[in-house]
Amino acid sequence: MQEFLELLGNVVPSLLQGTVVTLQLAAVSLALGVAIGLPAGLGRVYGPRWLQRVIGVYITVFQGTPLLIQLFMVYYGLPDVGITFSRFAAAYLTLGLNSGAYQAEYLRGALQSVGEGQMTAARAIGMSKGQAIRSIILPQALRLVLPTWSNEAIAMLKYTAVVFLIAVPDLMGQAKIMAAKYFAPIAIYMIVAVFYLVLVGIAYLILRQVERRAQIPGLTGEVE
Amino acid sequence: MDILQNLLTTLEFIIQGLWITVWVTVVALVVGLVFGVLTALMRVYGNRFWRQVATVYSVVIRAVPVVVIIFILFFVIAEYVNLSPFLAGSLALGFASGAYQSEIFRGALQAVPAGQMTAARAIGMSKVQAIWSIVLPQALRLALPAWGNEATLVLKDSTLVFVVGVPEILRRTQQVSARTNEPFIAFGAAMLLYLGLTLLTTQFLGWVERRYRLQM
Amino acid sequence: MTTDPILRLENVHKSFGETHVLKGVSLTIQPRDVVVLVGPSGTGKSTLLRCINLLSPPTQGKIWLEEQEITAPGVNQDKVRQRIGMVFQDFNLFTHLTALGNVMVGLTRVRKMNKKEAYDLAMLELDRVGLVDRADHYPAQLSGGQKQRVAIARALGMDPHVMLFDEPTSALDPELTGEVLEVMQQLGQEGMTMMVVSHEMGFARRVASRIVFMEGGYIVEEGPPDQMFDAPRNERTREFLNKISSFEDNGQGE
Ligand SMILES: Nc1ncnc2c1ncn2[C@@H]1O[C@H](COP(=O)(O)OP(=O)(O)OP(=O)(O)O)[C@@H](O)[C@H]1O
Ligand SMILES: [Mg+2]
Repeated sequence: MQEFLELLGNVVPSLLQGTVVTLQLAAVSLALGVAIGLPAGLGRVYGPRWLQRVIGVYITVFQGTPLLIQLFMVYYGLPDVGITFSRFAAAYLTLGLNSGAYQAEYLRGALQSVGEGQMTAARAIGMSKGQAIRSIILPQALRLVLPTWSNEAIAMLKYTAVVFLIAVPDLMGQAKIMAAKYFAPIAIYMIVAVFYLVLVGIAYLILRQVERRAQIPGLTGEVE
Repeated sequence: MDILQNLLTTLEFIIQGLWITVWVTVVALVVGLVFGVLTALMRVYGNRFWRQVATVYSVVIRAVPVVVIIFILFFVIAEYVNLSPFLAGSLALGFASGAYQSEIFRGALQAVPAGQMTAARAIGMSKVQAIWSIVLPQALRLALPAWGNEATLVLKDSTLVFVVGVPEILRRTQQVSARTNEPFIAFGAAMLLYLGLTLLTTQFLGWVERRYRLQM
Repeated sequence: MTTDPILRLENVHKSFGETHVLKGVSLTIQPRDVVVLVGPSGTGKSTLLRCINLLSPPTQGKIWLEEQEITAPGVNQDKVRQRIGMVFQDFNLFTHLTALGNVMVGLTRVRKMNKKEAYDLAMLELDRVGLVDRADHYPAQLSGGQKQRVAIARALGMDPHVMLFDEPTSALDPELTGEVLEVMQQLGQEGMTMMVVSHEMGFARRVASRIVFMEGGYIVEEGPPDQMFDAPRNERTREFLNKISSFEDNGQGE
């Protein structure tokens, strides 16, 4: 026990540093994912045919291949053709592009599940197609997609754990360094697991609150 | 074509990792299926104690990144038994997948109408008999779409066992990239290969789903 | 009367691919007219309304709204739709907005009013349909009849010159149709020009200035209610109106 507490005292400061990096990664990648996924989802549904195709290919590639290979492609592969990124840039870019593909696909589903009558009614009061999308369809689709997006946010928190493989010093990266330094891999990875558990737990609680706020009163699916 | 030639030799080398990837995925899915179904049954039909054990397993494991689980189990297993990286990695991946599958099968079990159980008991089946031969077969079919999704996730997550040294697609790719010094082509080939693999899997699962769909 | 017509259709055709739905419809509507459009299912009544407000423009023929030919190339269709209100069978209220929000969104986004103006006008329109006290309710919290009245208020907010109603009460429980029909009758008395697809024959007799009977993509016969109900010239008109009227007498109507 004494030994364990000592270990804990030794590793926790580094792990906390790693936690900050992990949170940063998750937040920036998610934001990037929204910035990509929102227009991509809209383009997939309402864009011209060619754009729908292009976005379709983007989604297929990023959903059809493992995140880790995408990460290595960006960090090790692209410099080969003259495009070089720092570790962090590669991590942000890969996670953001990956998340963007999933978010676009979720948004497409949500946009398509908003009833056709909503568009008709909006056009009937004289809105242009763009106006109708902006002020009628999108607000509803965003509410529909929110639970899925918050799952994605939690998934993203966990996905960030692969970036230590390109030596980004996130929580997992720090863990690897500490495990080597103190020769106690099992204990240290267990501690790290607890860290993730707490992070995910907190994220979950926050997102549940957000979801509850965004509920449309009277509609079913209420979580009480 | 130089690049095409390159791509082909690279692919040829990587493809040897393909079978390992497929096997890791299959073993992990089967292990996950066992864990998933068992814990789902515990959560739906078990007493308080088993219910809590199974719930903690599913909730905790799902809150931790798969790669962390793999590391922990790999080192734990290595401490006590002498397993190959392949087996240790697949088991760990399966243990993680089980937590997700538990969630899937729990939902499916609960989606089978209560009347099915009642009717089975009414013709004299024991509870276990009713679960085994009436409820579970229906639940498994209801779970198919979500399970298929999990299968493609495991297929992609199987790259993670690369961290414990299993020579699957990604590891082979890294090797060939180091040897040819053409990482772009190497990782490009790996992406293409995976793309083919996931598309094939999705097609196959779609076919299975259509075939075994429950007419309710 | 020799006023200028408010709406004029000239030989309107509408096809969906191979299906020829409207096969040459001509119709003239005067200001303050309340036209009730009846006909068997699948005849093209909804299609005709959607042609008029250009939600799905005619494939052939011309339509004038007041002095403007709205089927002419280059016409701003969004502007046209602002002048034609439409009420749907299944309400199509905007799910994410309150009753008030449903009325306001067109005022702020389309008519570009400021919040205050829009709020005042929207409350006025809700008052017209008797729903001021439901202003803060979301569609999912309203009854069918209330939803339809909000939909009417939403359309009225755009200050339409003509209102189109596509079976506004047929998705409602019988006990809720009355409140909607009342609002519509009130509108008619205030002088709103209306075109109503409905099989509420009591309403048609009381409120309509004209009944139009459509079948198979054509207008078969039109005339004032008395004539159409009591002395139709066409055998099909008689059969159809008899059938739906007796259906109503058997307790299905108001
Ligand atoms: N978008 C469309 N594409 C293809 N066919 C259509 C479309 N809209 C309507 N139709 C067809 O046009 C015909 C007339 O439909 P419409 O909805 O106008 O009839 P209606 O008179 O309103 O009938 P109801 O009383 O059932 O509402 C139907 O045969 C219908 O299938
Ligand atoms: Mg209709």
